[in-house]
Amino acid sequence: MIARVQVPREAKRGEIIVIRIAIQHKMETGYRLDNFGKPIPKNVINELVCRYDGVEIFRAEMGSGVAANPFLEFFTVAEASGEIVFEWIDDAGERGAERASIKVHG
Amino acid sequence: MPRLDRRRFCSVLAGLSALPMLPARRAVAAENDLTPIIAKISAGRPVREGRVRVDTPSLADNGHSVPLKISVESPMTAAEHVVSISLLSDRNPRPLIATYHLGPRAGRATVSTRVRLNGTQRLHAVAKLSDGSFWSGGANVIVTESACLDDS
Repeated sequence: MIARVQVPREAKRGEIIVIRIAIQHKMETGYRLDNFGKPIPKNVINELVCRYDGVEIFRAEMGSGVAANPFLEFFTVAEASGEIVFEWIDDAGERGAERASIKVHG
Repeated sequence: MPRLDRRRFCSVLAGLSALPMLPARRAVAAENDLTPIIAKISAGRPVREGRVRVDTPSLADNGHSVPLKISVESPMTAAEHVVSISLLSDRNPRPLIATYHLGPRAGRATVSTRVRLNGTQRLHAVAKLSDGSFWSGGANVIVTESACLDDS
């Protein structure tokens, strides 16, 4: 799974920063039919966790109501230089991960 | 038969054109009863209206991907912060779209995403705060091309 994460490279300590992630995933609803009329099984990214230096800062539980190629934007306080790691899993059990590092001044 | 003058003709026309609007409005009514789902989220505790804002375009021409932003009024400190936000749909086959878990580290209780909407409806967001209270807000969205209906 291809994903794109957007985290500012640098920030001041205590600054509220924007974090964005977009993952390439069909987010199959389970309501569609294939060319033979057979239903395509539901397969969505059901959980996504974001950790900042190992501490969970954001978690999303998603269903079929989330658009294909899920996009999320949220905020966090820049506390220390470190890694922001995303991990997710879909209904088929396929896992994905993406990371970004941030440098915090002051 | 009385003579049909222009004024009367126009008023009849206007009346006729208004007729199809009546069932159209009824079709917009919610299909999902969210009360039991909200009661489950809040574990039976009262959910008050307010503090939660859902921003969407009021007219979404593609129900497959509708951008939206949920914001909750909260100082987001260790003592007082938003714990989770649930997003619910009036008309989607699965009413619970997503649940977001936040914490004091978020700094700002705002989450943006893109959702699928099965037609014109009202979106509801329920937020759980660290003091155990629940707040809700919503937004009306007109969807011209809804998701779920086509087989494409």
